[in-house]
Amino acid sequence: MSRRSITQQDLPKVAANGLIDRRVLLRNSALLAGAAGAGFTGIVRAAAEPLAVDDWSMKIGAGVQTYSTPSRYEAKVVRTLANPTNPGNNQARTPHHLLDGMITPSALHFVVARTGAPDIDPDKHRVLIHGMVRQPLVFSLEDLMRYPMESHIRFVECGGNSAPMWSKEPIQADVQALHGLLSCSEWTGVRLSTLLDEAGVDPRAKWIVAEGADAATMNRSIPLAKAMDDAMLVFYQNGERIMPINGYPVRLFVPGYEGNMNVKWLRRLKLVDAPIMAINESRQYTLLLESGHAWRFYYPMEVKSFITRPSPTMQLQGPGFYEISGIAWSGQGRIAKVEVSADGGKSWALAAMSGPVLPKALTRFRMAWQWDGRPVVVQSRATDEAGNVQPTRQKLIAERGAPRNTPPVTGFPMGHVNAISSWGIDAKGAVSHVYV
Amino acid sequence: MFTSKTLPLFAVLVLGSSAALAADGPKFGKPISEADASAWDISIGPDGVGLPAGSGTPAQGAMVFAAKCAACHGAKGEGGAGPRLVGGQGTLPAPSIPVQTVGSYWPYATTVFDYVRRTMPWNQPKTLTNDEVYSVTAYILNMNGIVKDGETMNKDTLAKVRMPNRDGFTELYPNKF
Repeated sequence: MSRRSITQQDLPKVAANGLIDRRVLLRNSALLAGAAGAGFTGIVRAAAEPLAVDDWSMKIGAGVQTYSTPSRYEAKVVRTLANPTNPGNNQARTPHHLLDGMITPSALHFVVARTGAPDIDPDKHRVLIHGMVRQPLVFSLEDLMRYPMESHIRFVECGGNSAPMWSKEPIQADVQALHGLLSCSEWTGVRLSTLLDEAGVDPRAKWIVAEGADAATMNRSIPLAKAMDDAMLVFYQNGERIMPINGYPVRLFVPGYEGNMNVKWLRRLKLVDAPIMAINESRQYTLLLESGHAWRFYYPMEVKSFITRPSPTMQLQGPGFYEISGIAWSGQGRIAKVEVSADGGKSWALAAMSGPVLPKALTRFRMAWQWDGRPVVVQSRATDEAGNVQPTRQKLIAERGAPRNTPPVTGFPMGHVNAISSWGIDAKGAVSHVYV
Repeated sequence: MFTSKTLPLFAVLVLGSSAALAADGPKFGKPISEADASAWDISIGPDGVGLPAGSGTPAQGAMVFAAKCAACHGAKGEGGAGPRLVGGQGTLPAPSIPVQTVGSYWPYATTVFDYVRRTMPWNQPKTLTNDEVYSVTAYILNMNGIVKDGETMNKDTLAKVRMPNRDGFTELYPNKF
């Protein structure tokens, strides 16, 4: 590479408004350094202050904790409780705008809990399998944990995640509030099919009613085919036992299906020939359409993505280089590609995916961007390996009818909202939620 | 260390023994009878299968509701800290703001009994008697104009209640299995 002056035209642009080929930046940092040096960003940076030895380098630090807690400087990285005054429907959302990578720390996993976390003694807890089986069986935790185990990195997403996007006017809130009922963990446990085979499923059985041991005794009907495919009983979340609010000591795990079906504090599985029409499948987790009719039994979470940086409530510090980053996922398999637009969806560039790209798991994507300081709208659009493409907001509205009001950010006017999110950046660098 | 001559024999032995084990498999579940599991079996189907003995009327339910439910759901089921239970008929199609209550939205009356019995009252779940659950269910249905004054709800009559929005749903999955 010669030391010639580099202009913006020299960097391979992959879409409008400054999206640039990430590979150039990774393979030849001299190119970027040269670009910056040649005034490519238009910003001349002031020289750094002289360095002094810091306080913390002069004394012994804090001792080791039995269980680590984050730096006190990270105190803002917490779940926000949408309605802490109503423990009857306690929600906690994952702060995706403050996280990176694909794994959600267990203590930041999202929560929707109707009646709090039960204080279950694992030595006394039992799981019952009964109904249309050859032999009803009871398992202790110790029994269950003797079966061969598997570990899988999988997302859990509430069927009502992103509901605030279903609003007449764009709700101004961060991605934690807008998309935070979504998390991704490594889950370890045993295959449900192994246990069902032991009980001997009646060939006429078609569904399983899964029920928790919480005060709500939450229950849902799960298609038997899903139970026999990849459903698990899981005990470990990111290597440690599941957090109490996430289902300790055992939860049902149905990868890719809406979060509520992954029944926490699992105590009972009943084989039946038809869905039980529990509240959470006959009233909740239904999708009311324009006609007044509603969809129900709408289980797999659709392909979706959103940009976490930059995202609403953030502030860009002037023109120049930024990495656009976000997460993509699909309940139907792996993410095949993620595209990013900086001109409101008119032109798209292929983002880099940070591996590993796993089925039914969050996939981190990254896109190099040179912002010229003019107002732009950034978007991401994911496609999964089954060929499903994340729809525009207009497409979803054409299917379901327009949002009827502007609900509170904690409202659930619609489920399974997987439309493309649009973040507007004004000339001052302020990021907001916009519709295009 | 295995030679090329001993390896095939070893493989046969290993495969043979693992096949025998696989047929057996780990079996750690303890057998239980449905009778001994009955304290946990509170499932109720939309056809009424699983509904217990007992009965109640709207008038009886009004008293239970006032004592145990009204604090959250309002004296007439109009809602408060807890969801609205009454009204909303005709609000489901656009452009109305939908009011999805037991009366306007829930497709099965059995679900009302089931949910009240397993989850309500919110701070004292599973404390109502079956008679109280039948009567509260009767009262909520009565306030929605679905059950008449004086009508008794029991395992036979409740299963026969036809909810106004029974056919308001498209079931995407049962057709797939």
